[in-house]
Amino acid sequence: MSAESRWAQFRRSEAASGLALVSPPAIYAILMLAAPLGTIVLYSFLTDGYLEIIRTFTLGNYVEAWTNPLYRGVMLRSLFVSMTVTFVTVVLAFPIAYFVSFHVEQSKKSLWLFLITIPFWTSYLIRVFLWKVILGYSGVVNSGLLGLGLIDQPLDFILYNVNSVVITLAHAYAPFAILPIFVALEKIDRALLEAGQDLGESRFMTFQRVTLPLAMPGVVASVLIVFIPTVGDYVTPQLVGGPEGRMVANLIQLQYLKLDNYPLGSAIAVSAMAIVTVVSVIFVGLNRRYLKGPK
Amino acid sequence: MMKGGWFKVYAIGYLVFLYAPIIILPMFAFNDATIIAFPLSGFSTRWFEQMLTQPALGIAVKNSLTIAIISSILATTLGVFAARASTRFRFPGKTGIMGLIMLPLVLPEIIVAVSLLVVLLGIGINLSIWTVVLGHVLISVPFAIAILSSAFQSLDQSLEEAAYDLGESPASTFRLIILPLVMPGIISSLLISFTISLDEFIIAFFLAGTEPTLPVYIFSQFRFPQAVPVIMALGTVLVSLSIILLTIAEYFRRRGIAKSGRKDTGGFL
Repeated sequence: MSAESRWAQFRRSEAASGLALVSPPAIYAILMLAAPLGTIVLYSFLTDGYLEIIRTFTLGNYVEAWTNPLYRGVMLRSLFVSMTVTFVTVVLAFPIAYFVSFHVEQSKKSLWLFLITIPFWTSYLIRVFLWKVILGYSGVVNSGLLGLGLIDQPLDFILYNVNSVVITLAHAYAPFAILPIFVALEKIDRALLEAGQDLGESRFMTFQRVTLPLAMPGVVASVLIVFIPTVGDYVTPQLVGGPEGRMVANLIQLQYLKLDNYPLGSAIAVSAMAIVTVVSVIFVGLNRRYLKGPK
Repeated sequence: MMKGGWFKVYAIGYLVFLYAPIIILPMFAFNDATIIAFPLSGFSTRWFEQMLTQPALGIAVKNSLTIAIISSILATTLGVFAARASTRFRFPGKTGIMGLIMLPLVLPEIIVAVSLLVVLLGIGINLSIWTVVLGHVLISVPFAIAILSSAFQSLDQSLEEAAYDLGESPASTFRLIILPLVMPGIISSLLISFTISLDEFIIAFFLAGTEPTLPVYIFSQFRFPQAVPVIMALGTVLVSLSIILLTIAEYFRRRGIAKSGRKDTGGFL
């Protein structure tokens, strides 16, 4: 009985110390994140007046955001672009992660990771701008292809549209896709692969039935890490997207800073968050069987 | 190694893709023409000279450094609290509280930017470098926690108990035993938070008001074609600095690993 109560006391004091210790960052997150997010959810149900926001409840902003073809088009395009970027980035990243994990000597692995991460410690804005230079009308790709005589006219479908947004974002998020897959591949017990081959599986079958399922947690992490931020990327569509490559972040910026329509901007922002959350939850749900971990 | 032949070709092609922008950057920084296009016209250092004569650039650099230093210190301090609490204690609502603190990791930055903007303007705070600091601390804390948690997790709890048994108070134990052991984590956390803040654009774009940071300044210059070569020169300086810093950091990381005799298993991330 007395041991019981002392245990309870200990638990209480541990809980109290833990809560006391976590309170500074927790209060900061409540004031600077939870309260502001709550505010934009609230704003999204208010009416935009001429100079001020009218405090009458309405669903009009959501109706506008989801039925106006302009806004709906931009949201659907953002979803399409970031899904494409995610697919391209993860598919291109997997062989690199596989190469570094399985074919590079142990002592050289960190050098490869170092080489892969270096380009991403340089200014994001300048990198995006340089893609504009590479893909532009008289850019690297066009002058190179013209010089080789492969084309007669500069290609104009590679800049200021969805293609250039996809290429630039696939470049920007490459290491975020490579690293989680690499970590998952590193954890695979190499004996399992030998066992697969000893039991008569081909190299491809072993990959399909052993390596890939075990690497899936890394792939799922990569997909989420690329998909979530790319939906809300502002710089890339703004600099290389042109009018037909605009995405939801550009629309939110326009509503807030140019048109001063906070309620509609908030409704679009909340809708974008909802779409990202729903797609991510569905994706994780589909891959649940890979994420349970070893028994 | 033969079986990895095709993989190696692919990997080298991939590295070319990754490095393409960085290779092109200095070409235009030293190119003697205002237009950023091929063919190149000749060698010149005039863009670097022009860069030094722009007062607005100096102000932007100063703003960015101020914000990055303050927000990296604040984010790391908050990160120490959260990482210590989550690795050492069980408390009610832990998952929810830690989830909220880590949320900016999976939230598009534009959402953080607009929601903070609405609240700050709503309560009548003028936009300045301090409002940018608020936003940058918020997005840096999750990275700080991720780094610091692994530092706190590898602590041997018996060292702490030994200190208590020898009569140290919780505060002096933390200062004398725990802090020195997690110091490498604190330094990485400061560096990562500093880098995140220095390169962050969208929050600064919304919250900086009339005090632009370096990325906001760079973005504004893209609108003027004649200003772009100077930005290429600036970019070359920034890239060189970050490669030098990263190489030094990697050197020390490897030396640290070699000293402690651990196995080298990864990069900084």
